[in-house]
Amino acid sequence: MSTTLIGLLIVLAVVLVLLFWIIGMYNGLVRLRNEVKNAWAQIDVQLKRRHDLIPNLVETVKGYAAHERGTFDAVVQARTKAVGAQGVANRAQAEGELSQALGRLMMLVEAYPDLKANQNFLALQEELTSTENKIGFSRQFYNDTVMRYNTQIQSFPPNIIAGMFGFGESEFFELQDAAQREAPQVKF
Amino acid sequence: MWDAIASNQRRSWVLICTMGIVLILLGAVIGGAVGTYIGAPAHGHFVAFQPPADAPWTRAQTGVYFGIAAATLLWLILWATAVGAGDSILLGAAHAREIQKEDLPQLWNVVEEMTIAAGLPKMPRVFIIDDSSLNAFAVGRRPDKAAVAVTAGLLKRLSRDELQGVIAHELGHVRNLDVKFMTLASVMLGAIVLISQGFLRALYYGGGRRRSSREGGQAALILLVIAIVVAIVAPFAAQLLYFACSRRREYLADASSALFTRYPAGLASALEKISGQAAPEAGASKVVAPLCIVNPLQETAAFSLFSTHPPTEQRIRVLRGMAGAGLAAYEAAFQQTRGKSCLGPRTLQDSTDVPIRAAAPEPAGREQAVARARAVGELLDKVLPFVVIPCPCGVRLKLPPDSKRASITCPRCGREHEVPQAAGGSLAANAGPPGPSPAAEPLEYHRKGTGWESFQCPCGGTVQLSPSFGAPEAVCPKCGQVIRVL
Repeated sequence: MSTTLIGLLIVLAVVLVLLFWIIGMYNGLVRLRNEVKNAWAQIDVQLKRRHDLIPNLVETVKGYAAHERGTFDAVVQARTKAVGAQGVANRAQAEGELSQALGRLMMLVEAYPDLKANQNFLALQEELTSTENKIGFSRQFYNDTVMRYNTQIQSFPPNIIAGMFGFGESEFFELQDAAQREAPQVKF
Repeated sequence: MWDAIASNQRRSWVLICTMGIVLILLGAVIGGAVGTYIGAPAHGHFVAFQPPADAPWTRAQTGVYFGIAAATLLWLILWATAVGAGDSILLGAAHAREIQKEDLPQLWNVVEEMTIAAGLPKMPRVFIIDDSSLNAFAVGRRPDKAAVAVTAGLLKRLSRDELQGVIAHELGHVRNLDVKFMTLASVMLGAIVLISQGFLRALYYGGGRRRSSREGGQAALILLVIAIVVAIVAPFAAQLLYFACSRRREYLADASSALFTRYPAGLASALEKISGQAAPEAGASKVVAPLCIVNPLQETAAFSLFSTHPPTEQRIRVLRGMAGAGLAAYEAAFQQTRGKSCLGPRTLQDSTDVPIRAAAPEPAGREQAVARARAVGELLDKVLPFVVIPCPCGVRLKLPPDSKRASITCPRCGREHEVPQAAGGSLAANAGPPGPSPAAEPLEYHRKGTGWESFQCPCGGTVQLSPSFGAPEAVCPKCGQVIRVL
């Protein structure tokens, strides 16, 4: 009797340990997936802030350089496109284009010393620099998190649980050209 | 990077446990010695539960238990204090003032950027210290309750990239949970030092009342010698451990800074500027020292086993030698400069190659520097309620808000000035001739907010402003002087 009981207990213990192990792994995956979501939300916040800054910036620059119509239109168009973009890859593309248009606008500023001395413009410039940095840093953090998440759901044994409960891989947020990847900043 | 935190934690626990053992050992040995030495027979109530045969050993045992309990209790009290009020004590000791985004957008933005880069759950509170020296420190045992403080000197002297490097280094400390463990370790160190010092001092001053002629004198003597040796050695051992750990953490925070900013040259050039400053910081305290970016108390650059920080020059060399911005690049540069490993294989396990970014184009030059200095100066005047006394000779005497002096002598011309005692009011008058013609130069008062405010007229009368006060001028009720309100 006692051997059966001991055997039963051992089986029960093994099953329990296995169960807890699976629960732990599942929870780990959920935590990572939420981290990815959080990191994406952070990028989202920063991109929105940049979209909000642009109209103000364009208005301020217009006051000093009204005849540079083409550059303003390019920025405004790129912004509209970026605001409407859906999905990680599309947004990355649109935001990259917006960064380039903004870069050209900021190059233009060099030619207007009055504008560069304008307090309002200086404050906007600091905000924009900072927002560009924040986009860069949050993208960096998002990609790191995605990397950890993807590695986890691809490796054994978590991949079994990931397959069972439908944990899919996440997309990286990559800007399209290499030069921008290295320098997430607008040239002033 | 995440493994870096994990291995950091493991190492910290080893440190904490070693120090804990030292602390308990110290308590036990001293307790044993004291118990045997000044033990029971003299005190009536002790005799009751002590069999006379093995009295010295029982006394020693009681002493050991008592010593361990006392040491643990002392540690618990210190720890509770550190946990309960540690941050405010540190920030208070440094006279730090909290600022908001509108006060200094650039500093705020840089902290926000680095919060994102470090992946901290919440942005730390930002403090500024009115000190012309160049330093910064971070407090907060938990990453979501952190605070970072920088001196005004640092803000005036550093460019955006350099400031970013410094803030990243501080937030690296927060992210790597350095603050938590250094608080824990320094509390233990404090307890060890306190107990040893207390014991040695008591021995020195209470030496006359010895009872070595009693039974078990031999055992007591041996225990006493052991206790003295332990009391002398323990603080040194604990300090060596503590400082070695502190230095390691500085390197790791430097590596984190490079990784967060992707621009090691920023921190390197900031460290160059910081190490170029002459005098050690006046208001710095020993408590804050291990948390600062460079040790504020060290006068010479000499490296010793008892320094909290590695020599700045070496940190700069390592940062300048980095080929990338990742942890692996830091390790490689470290090995090249120092000839040994720094971060350990577990930390580097899944570090990827990170390219260095381009420098942020800084509109360099004198004008920019002057503008920055002015912005910081204005901020300080706003954040710190200084009492400003203009002297007719042109000197503006600035008194700290907590000054208790009744009068002050101008250092240039030697005139005596009364210190207005109004709560936080600052009265800035244009330096005009004093006395007979007070109306020649209009007095000015800058409002700080929209609530109730009071300040003192030079005649000594108190002028009150209500929240609804909207006029451009106020009249002193005592002497009738008209004061412009801005």
